[in-house]
Amino acid sequence: MNTDRLVQLAHGGGGRLTRELIEREIVPRFGNGPLSGLPDGATLPSPGDRLVFTTDSFVVHPLEFPGGNIGHLAVHGTVNDLSVCGGEPKWLSLALIIEEGFAFSVLARILDSVREAADACGVTVATGDTKVVARGQGDGIYINTAGIGLALTGFVLGQERICEGDCVLINGTLGDHGMAVMSARQNMDFVKGPVSDTGSVQRLVAAVHEFGAEVRFMRDPTRGGVAAVLNEIVEGREIGILLKERDLPLAPATRAVAEMLGIDPLHAASEGRLILFCSREVAPAILKRWQALPNGEGAVCLGTVTRDKGRVVMETVTGGRRLVDVPRGELLPRIC
Amino acid sequence: MNYIDAFRDPAVAKQFVRLIAEQGRALADQGRRVHIMEVCGSHTMAIGRYGIRELLPENVELISGPGCPVCVTDPGYIDAAIALAGKGAILATFGDMIRVPGSTSNLTQCRVSGGDVRVCYSPSAAIEIAQSHSDREIVFLAIGFETTIVPVVSIVDEAIRAGVRNVSLLTAFKLVPPALHALLADTEIKIDAYLCPAHVSAIIGSQAYEPFVTDYHVPCVVAGFEPLDILYGVNGILAQMLKNEARVENQYARVVRRAGNPKAQARMAQYLEPVDAVWRGIGVIPSSGLGLRPEFAGYDAEKKFGMPVHIGQQHAGCRCGDVIKGKLRPIACPLFSSVCTPDNPIGPCMVSAEGTCAAYFKYALRDVQQGGET
Repeated sequence: MNTDRLVQLAHGGGGRLTRELIEREIVPRFGNGPLSGLPDGATLPSPGDRLVFTTDSFVVHPLEFPGGNIGHLAVHGTVNDLSVCGGEPKWLSLALIIEEGFAFSVLARILDSVREAADACGVTVATGDTKVVARGQGDGIYINTAGIGLALTGFVLGQERICEGDCVLINGTLGDHGMAVMSARQNMDFVKGPVSDTGSVQRLVAAVHEFGAEVRFMRDPTRGGVAAVLNEIVEGREIGILLKERDLPLAPATRAVAEMLGIDPLHAASEGRLILFCSREVAPAILKRWQALPNGEGAVCLGTVTRDKGRVVMETVTGGRRLVDVPRGELLPRIC
Repeated sequence: MNYIDAFRDPAVAKQFVRLIAEQGRALADQGRRVHIMEVCGSHTMAIGRYGIRELLPENVELISGPGCPVCVTDPGYIDAAIALAGKGAILATFGDMIRVPGSTSNLTQCRVSGGDVRVCYSPSAAIEIAQSHSDREIVFLAIGFETTIVPVVSIVDEAIRAGVRNVSLLTAFKLVPPALHALLADTEIKIDAYLCPAHVSAIIGSQAYEPFVTDYHVPCVVAGFEPLDILYGVNGILAQMLKNEARVENQYARVVRRAGNPKAQARMAQYLEPVDAVWRGIGVIPSSGLGLRPEFAGYDAEKKFGMPVHIGQQHAGCRCGDVIKGKLRPIACPLFSSVCTPDNPIGPCMVSAEGTCAAYFKYALRDVQQGGET
């Protein structure tokens, strides 16, 4: 076996091999800017009065899936968290925990994706860390990114600001990431299977900050999907949300796999979607603006805020109504 | 995708709802209430998912039957599986089994405390696991009704052909018709008609329901799982009741034949023989299950490891049995939504997504609004 192409424990030992890994894999991709010269920490110019700061860890299995890999997710996840808080993402940290025996070729693909996604988002990887754990103590690679962004002026965001009559907007189809990963996990070979929506929402956020207080709240529907986000917002409140099944945007492949596995696409994760609550008055203008932007072409109004205390209700295609509940624990396929 | 949308057409749904309302009114004028049992768990799910209960007249009630294979699994079966994992076997199972309560634990707990429990999407995964772990024993949790039985039993077929010896089945296969007989024979339960399962009927054929028509004068309508299928099915049942008829009507002719699937039936007969089976909440129903024939004992986990499955212990307050029989609506159970929730399921009806209680918890609107009233 040719071991020199696999990550060894010594690559995390702080010695010659660690240096080699950093110089071969990290510096060429991220070595300009704050990382140049590999200081222990990044020194950054202050971008403004108020900052947004977040962190997220990525442990997806499989590491590569239709539409992206863990590298894309590590950038988009943190960029999107900053964005939905009304921030303009600026800097990321990048911490890798690699399992002994991990192939350098896969590592290179993942780091290329980090670079590609960061460039596309206009964010800089400003600092980082690499550790190697013994075989069996990790799942290939884990990535943690933290992010700093500049708080955009104009937004007054808060769940408590959502009121009856507001509109619930989304920038595209539901649950594509969740269904893509689930299909990949089970080696379901489809000719045209679901494709992850991993992507950034920052431009969509930047495009609406001038609507100011008319934008009430934003959130990215990751784990737990749209159902989890909506239920969290109405829980214990005097408001509810009404969705119309016929208006739900679903990619055909995602819908097909969800039907096959018996999983509600409202429960499946997205990684490039933004749920935005705004007043009814500005909703058409926001949709129009989004639809002209990349990752906003499929923007629609998903539903409206009602007085139905604490409940998310869907009007079904047959004209019936049902509760949209939060997903419970693992998403499990039904037996038949 | 047209195959999905064609059976969810809102305009057609509206027409059916109108027809059902008219027939419901005509029955109400005669002072009649109609109790339709939807036998299959997938029907229960679809009824919830499309809010179909809400569309029916007040005097037409859908009762959920024992058609969720996970829900009718006895705790003793889970106990046996956990014991096998304790002896080092890899358990391979369909997803929703991992939360079914055993007498004292469940498979999720078993996995947390070190048991090797793997969720599979397809029975063929059992062979793959067996081949990649030739030093371990793999036990597939072989549960399910007629639809699931044939693909699961193909594990034995494949293992014999591939010379794989380290895989076996812990069987708790169940048959739908004997359970339907048992329910009609129970005078405490009021069932006016059966909405018969879709995919099970594809295997056993619509002829399997003919005895219920002749012996009990109960209309039996085979319907698919799409919302229009279900509305059409209910409409067909009401039409029969208005005419005081009882016939087997196959409305799922795009999949179901009168004689079913002879190839699948032959495969079942080749590997399996009838056995008495324990149904959680119902008890033992004679010849209502299938077990491996003696010549396949080497693939029968109970025989291979000398660990017979015993009847297990159920939670004292759990009334899943009455729910499965259609005697009790979930919201009338004292544990429903207070103690027993999808996060903390006490009984199997709350465990599986197809379970009656889980479907009520997840989807019900009218019932929750009405509180405990039944």
